[in-house]
Amino acid sequence: MTFTDALAAALDLVLGLDPRFTEVVGLSLRVTLSAVFLAAVIGLPLGALLGIARFPGRSGVIVLVNAMMGLPPVVAGLLLFLLLSRSGPLGSLGLLFTPGAMIAAQTLLVLPIVVALTRQTVEDLWTEYRDHLHSLGMTGARAVPTLLWDARFALATALLAGFGRASAEVGAVLIVGGNIAGYTRTMTTAIALETSKGDLALALGLGFVLLVLTLFVNGAAYGASRIGARAAG
Amino acid sequence: MITVSSTTSTVDSGLFDSILPLFSARFGIDVRVVAQGTGQALDTARRGDADVVLVHARAAEEKFVAEGFGVARKPVMYNDFVLIGPKADPAGIKGMSDVAQAFAKIAEKRIPFVSRGDRSGTHSAELALWRAAALDVEAIRGPWYREIGQGMGAALNVAGAMGAYVLSDRGTWLGFKNRGDLDILVEGDRRLFNQYGVILVNPAKHPHVKAAEGQIFIDWLAGPEGQRAIGDYKIGGRPVFVPNADAPGA
Repeated sequence: MTFTDALAAALDLVLGLDPRFTEVVGLSLRVTLSAVFLAAVIGLPLGALLGIARFPGRSGVIVLVNAMMGLPPVVAGLLLFLLLSRSGPLGSLGLLFTPGAMIAAQTLLVLPIVVALTRQTVEDLWTEYRDHLHSLGMTGARAVPTLLWDARFALATALLAGFGRASAEVGAVLIVGGNIAGYTRTMTTAIALETSKGDLALALGLGFVLLVLTLFVNGAAYGASRIGARAAG
Repeated sequence: MITVSSTTSTVDSGLFDSILPLFSARFGIDVRVVAQGTGQALDTARRGDADVVLVHARAAEEKFVAEGFGVARKPVMYNDFVLIGPKADPAGIKGMSDVAQAFAKIAEKRIPFVSRGDRSGTHSAELALWRAAALDVEAIRGPWYREIGQGMGAALNVAGAMGAYVLSDRGTWLGFKNRGDLDILVEGDRRLFNQYGVILVNPAKHPHVKAAEGQIFIDWLAGPEGQRAIGDYKIGGRPVFVPNADAPGA
């Protein structure tokens, strides 16, 4: 196996547009983008509140959230597996081995990144703007939308970091998704499977495709933020 | 739609990719296969996370049924295990007809051996072969004995990379593409026989089990159509599994 074989395999995949391949790419994007979206909806306000609120035990919460950024995907997967298994507390939902379970697992991985980076960004802004916002009558939670809006470019980077973590992980989606062909097989679990079948060229080819996709997503996000920044003057 | 927990060998060898479309087209039932080692596949079913199990470790299957987790065990097909190793064959076992003696030679010369180490059907077969060689693997194990705790394909990759011996089911070996310097060195001993059985998860234990659809799948697998589909699946012109649902005592 040479890198040329792997590149050829990658080109075959992309140019051939094999429906099984496009399904895998589609599912990867769907799961990861859903997880980032959910983590943003929950994590941005939560992180902002944590940035401006002062309460006993706050330092402890911040350290905990920061530490959760290092939660191993396989542990997140295992926790959700035990929760979602038919014998677990949420078993009646029937979510195990479905894309829904994979989205939940990746949300769990992305959420701490979004909360921690939002907290830091908003806290810095808050220090800078507090008096100004107070004079406009915006105190506490009412300042959150303004702070999030002003920090939007920095927060976009936080979401991209979350996207990177989710699109790159294999441990969590493998455990809660089960790598079922045509249903819960993503780019990373397909790479793991092809490696174990000894088809290293195809595995690496899939890896190249995943890298290029990630590049596209990041490029698009960067472009959008540049356009946004220019429009904002 | 039913969920089947099965072994890495049935997925890695490509069997399910070949036969499931036939079943789904005939009955309109989608089959989702989760591939794990036999021990883990049975555990998945014990927790109620699968409707049907298709695995290869008869003692563990019968225990599963006896505990009330499965309705009944049916034989489906067999293939055999093969002892794989580097072509240079440092233990000098090529062509031996007694697989236990081959194991004994590998242990005696301390030549690297890769063990699945994952409670899979192949792992339990390997442990049975050490016992057949009158060796206590816990007592003699050393750096030469490498438990990797991964699936069959991963074990073959590791064995290829370090010139080690490894026990594999024939199906995974036939479908494996990264053979490098590896080859089959010992085969044909009747102790290398590898029977697969299928079990419906007991709806009395787990009421959400799709018993009706699961039973249709089992009847199809063990019936003439499924048996023919299994026999027709070939890699490089060679059959991978031999159907034997009607063999007495299988």
